Amino acid sequence: MAKLLEIENLRTQFFTADGVVRAVDDVTYDVNEGETVALVGESGCGKSVSALSILRLIPWPPGRIVGGSIRFLGKDLLQLSDPEIRRVRGHQIAMVFQEPMTSLNPVLTIGLQLTETMQYHLGMSNEQAEKRAVELLRMVGIADGERRLQQYPHHFSGGMRQRVMIALALSCEPKLIIADEPTTALDVTIQAQILQLMKDLSNRMGVALMIITHNLGVVARYADRVNVMYAGKIVEEGTAEQIYHSPKHPYTIGLLASVPRMDQHRGRRLVPIEGQPPDLTKLDNGCAYRPRCRWAFDRCAQAIPPLEHVGDGQMSACFRKHELGDDVKAAS
Amino acid sequence: MSAQIRESRDKSVGKGETLLEVRNLKKYFAVTEGVVRRRAIGNVKAVDGVSFTIARGEILGLVGESGCGKTTTGRCILQLETPTSGEIVFEGVNLEKLDQKAMVAWRQKIQVIFQDPYSSLNPRMKVGEILGEPMRVHRVEPNAAKRRQRIAELLTVCGLPAKFADRYPHEMSGGQRQRVGIARALCLNPDFIICDEAVSALDVSIQAQVINLLEDLREEFNLTYLFIAHDLSVVHHLCNRVAVMYLGRMVELAESDELFDNPMHPYTQALLSAVPVPDPTVEAQRSHQVPKGEVPSPINPPSGCVFHPRCPLAVDSCRAQVPEFRELKPGHWVACPRV
Ligand SMILES: Nc1ncnc2c1ncn2[C@@H]1O[C@H](COP(=O)(O)OP(=O)(O)O)[C@@H](O)[C@H]1O
Ligand SMILES: Nc1ncnc2c1ncn2[C@@H]1O[C@H](COP(=O)(O)OP(=O)(O)O)[C@@H](O)[C@H]1O
Ligand SMILES: [Mg+2]
Ligand SMILES: [Mg+2]
Repeated sequence: MAKLLEIENLRTQFFTADGVVRAVDDVTYDVNEGETVALVGESGCGKSVSALSILRLIPWPPGRIVGGSIRFLGKDLLQLSDPEIRRVRGHQIAMVFQEPMTSLNPVLTIGLQLTETMQYHLGMSNEQAEKRAVELLRMVGIADGERRLQQYPHHFSGGMRQRVMIALALSCEPKLIIADEPTTALDVTIQAQILQLMKDLSNRMGVALMIITHNLGVVARYADRVNVMYAGKIVEEGTAEQIYHSPKHPYTIGLLASVPRMDQHRGRRLVPIEGQPPDLTKLDNGCAYRPRCRWAFDRCAQAIPPLEHVGDGQMSACFRKHELGDDVKAAS
Repeated sequence: MSAQIRESRDKSVGKGETLLEVRNLKKYFAVTEGVVRRRAIGNVKAVDGVSFTIARGEILGLVGESGCGKTTTGRCILQLETPTSGEIVFEGVNLEKLDQKAMVAWRQKIQVIFQDPYSSLNPRMKVGEILGEPMRVHRVEPNAAKRRQRIAELLTVCGLPAKFADRYPHEMSGGQRQRVGIARALCLNPDFIICDEAVSALDVSIQAQVINLLEDLREEFNLTYLFIAHDLSVVHHLCNRVAVMYLGRMVELAESDELFDNPMHPYTQALLSAVPVPDPTVEAQRSHQVPKGEVPSPINPPSGCVFHPRCPLAVDSCRAQVPEFRELKPGHWVACPRV
């Protein structure tokens, strides 16, 4: 598969009164054309900042991309001029956020918001754009499009607004949709409807999908490949099968042991990860996970383990990645 | 705890004395319109004829999508809402019939843990005061020195360092604040705790810590929980029995494993199939029949069975008749005449 997005050694920091927040710290991963990649991790680990960095939406002050490269279709997005990056945003890379109300303009009709971007990015006439907008609404499961285009965001339920956001994301025929916790605020049946819709449309139109989530079930159901993030770093990368069936990083192992599973009978006691994630202003020169890690030893305090191959395309940032296999079975 | 011990505990649980009984509970809210001259335009039937019992030592789960009436049910039990009709019987006593004085004593026995520990903890009080005040007011521990000791014990039980008594809520993480919320619920030695989305806002690794804490405390203090949540995996894990609500009605009630192995109500089936399981192999084999459409407004809910507009099994009679809650297997109750 051809590489669509290649992020290399990306570092994004926030310069705050409490110190420098190393929100994204030497992150490398890629997204292939048409595939669904998940970025999974707990709150505050840098998922959103890494997504916003791709589109150069980090607010300065206090934030800034301080290193690395982001190549999209061969171009380094970090080297583009402001007008150039604006054409990439919304046109080639679209974003869907958790709370659609904050990304939809409350005082403009849905129709205006949909047609405006198509006129701007695709050079359509008003008439063409309106016709296309009705079509898009139908695609995302909103009937009666002509009437709906006249309505304002507050006329729509949370689930319907997220459908509108997806229509908006699709309107300019992007190559990549980045969905940042797109269904976290929604009920589980609506979540399933929305994610299934995104997955179907991405398959049908060959759009790559990057799903950012903290929900391990969502990742298992929809993702082809998975990046696990902890304290600003990718700690493990692999196919969904690899990540769930033979995890090679203690954090991934810990996450899987701490979620209850509805498909298994009750009786298993959850094995939580003790302690808390670190303060991203106080990272040292060792593995950020080591205070919570059962496998930690001297070396983990002396150097940051690099993300390296453990076989078959799977990568792990752990010095003991080759020793973890048997313990996993013992722990579960 | 080994699976075996837990299983035998499960068997004994729920066979004991009934601690709480809710009989045909209804809570309607008037919906008004107009700013100058407000007039009633209808009722939100937030809870519409819900009945269940909880045995001492049991954890009963209450699940359903937002707006189905879970919180309102809990608030009626806590007497924070006056039921439109129905009865709430706790330890054999009908709460409506209690006088003021009896009510104060009774209030100690039922406590609540909310979803958002931040908004439910007074930001200007230190943790020590948050826990100490109720003990002083209710005279659980009038002696200040003993009270300090008990606060330290409670914090330790809840997995926090005793020195956190001197901290303010904003000086703690979300998981730590939730532990304070739990300690506060425990400080008056309750029998019964309503957990309303108590772990919903927490990250999975922290959520597992708090779930284990709730299990341990139940064991240690012989507590009984009504565990309200929208996360079905958590509810399945923690609860002995589970009740499913939809638009103010209870549609299904069964032992936890039975409900998840063998859901009978079409709504429960749809709800379960919407929940993704953290295993790609299992997911690839599951059928994903997600219900179409959205939950209708509770202001003028559908006639007959409230689920009929979205139900794949619905027939004409479902539009007219409110389904009876039937026991189809021992302990497995379903409100659907079509199964
Ligand atoms: N505008 C900002 N100013 C200071 N710190 C920020 C800002 N935005 C994000 N951060 C910090 O960056 C880190 C990563 O945040 P984020 O990417 O939003 O996490 P996630 O999406 O994984 O929950 C967090 O520690 C957060 O506090
Ligand atoms: N004080 C109130 N006034 C009017 N309507 C209310 C009030 N409290 C709750 N409701 C309505 O009652 C229904 C049930 O709400 P709630 O019990 O909070 O549901 P859940 O906890 O299951 O999400 C909802 O439609 C809600 O909007
Ligand atoms: Mg985020
Ligand atoms: Mg609620």
